[in-house]
Amino acid sequence: MEDRNVKIHVSNLRKCFGDLEVLQDISTDIYEGEVVVILGPSGSGKSTFLRCLNRLEEKTAGEIVIDGKDIYAKGVDINKMREDIVMVFQHFNLFNNFDVLGNMTLAPTMLKKASKEEAKDNAMKMLEKVDLVEKAHVYPAQLSGGQKQRVAIARALCMNPDIMLFDEPTSALDPEMVGEVLNVMKALAAEGMTMVIVTHEIGFAREVADRIIFMDGGYIVEEGTPEEVIGNPKEARTIDFLNKVL
Amino acid sequence: MEIIITKYGGLLLKAMGQTLILALYGLFFACIVGLIFGLMSVIKNKVCNVIAQVFVFVIRGVPMIVLAFFIYFGVPYFLNTIVGVGKQVTLTALQAGTICLTLNCGAYMAEIIRAGIQSVDIGQMEAGRSLGLSYAKTMRKIVMPQAIRTMIPSIINQFIITLKDTSILSVIGFPELVNSAKNVQANTFLSFQTWAVVGIMYLVVITILSYAAKLIERRMNRGR
Repeated sequence: MEDRNVKIHVSNLRKCFGDLEVLQDISTDIYEGEVVVILGPSGSGKSTFLRCLNRLEEKTAGEIVIDGKDIYAKGVDINKMREDIVMVFQHFNLFNNFDVLGNMTLAPTMLKKASKEEAKDNAMKMLEKVDLVEKAHVYPAQLSGGQKQRVAIARALCMNPDIMLFDEPTSALDPEMVGEVLNVMKALAAEGMTMVIVTHEIGFAREVADRIIFMDGGYIVEEGTPEEVIGNPKEARTIDFLNKVL
Repeated sequence: MEIIITKYGGLLLKAMGQTLILALYGLFFACIVGLIFGLMSVIKNKVCNVIAQVFVFVIRGVPMIVLAFFIYFGVPYFLNTIVGVGKQVTLTALQAGTICLTLNCGAYMAEIIRAGIQSVDIGQMEAGRSLGLSYAKTMRKIVMPQAIRTMIPSIINQFIITLKDTSILSVIGFPELVNSAKNVQANTFLSFQTWAVVGIMYLVVITILSYAAKLIERRMNRGR
């Protein structure tokens, strides 16, 4: 793993909400093309950690370096940075006032990454990828949860990102729709996308993760390959958690 | 009743015209003021938040009749006598009335706009931001269009209230409907007939306005 490029370098990250310390001391490196799954009980800080990676939350202390650039440095263009590190949300957050195609072409055209036609062609390609071409002109309200999340992933892909962050992408879905979203994510992982995923789908984590980070109480308790962390956990807290969810 | 309509009908209609002009001016500037203060209360800036809050607090806490007297008499007096700006400052009743409606309606509009923006799920803003769009771009293209839909009924309601509030400005001598009707009553002593006609005139205008508003609302909600 050492010969691979470090994509995201996190050192001694702390995050407080008032008196509440959500992240105590997080340090880790995420490599290019790596699929990292973050597991942990609710309130462990995993979503907050993910949101710090694209500055949807501001850190309290510590450092996050992406592609060699400190994203919290003064004068950093946070909007420019976010074009390359996109997030997929638990509640999809599709723009309700645009149809599917509008959702996917809005940011690329407004940010002048593509002309209207290019953006549209690209969006159709991405819709093909998530198997929703026939929904191009439908509004979000008329889609099922699973379809919404697939559109959200396709929308993120339209930015041609380097890194994708997934914040519990299947937690708001009906059980029979989880599979379709996970399949899209598996395909992305196979293509070599750098992905950081917060999820409760242990089976999925075992299958796609290169590395699993188990968090609790604002710390990284244990990290390693799925075999190590899920198959053969060492820390008492990890064993306890896995016993409850498996 | 016939005398009021035949003899004074033209005068009252003209006065209704003045009412509408005053209301239109007031509403136009109130929309601008409301948008500015509404946005100031939602952006992440403590100073702006406080300014907007104080503005709404003061205007909401002062009766409009007091505001009207203050602007029409108090402010010119302050400028001429206390500060002494050199040449005499006077406000026409229309100017003072417009300022008064702008501030009053503007404060309520600010609250409507603030509530409308805050009613849009925070996830919409986060999604826009996480795709690299700036706060202003996300606000303009994603949050505001959704917020306006929810605001429309309250805005229309506020328009109707402001239209009726123009009657308060009769106290500073603006020749709007109530002020003119007072003259008609003084001339004819037909108070029942005069005020009945005036009441019906307001009702007719507001019914038309409400109906137009319904049409707009229905059109905006199409395809939702």
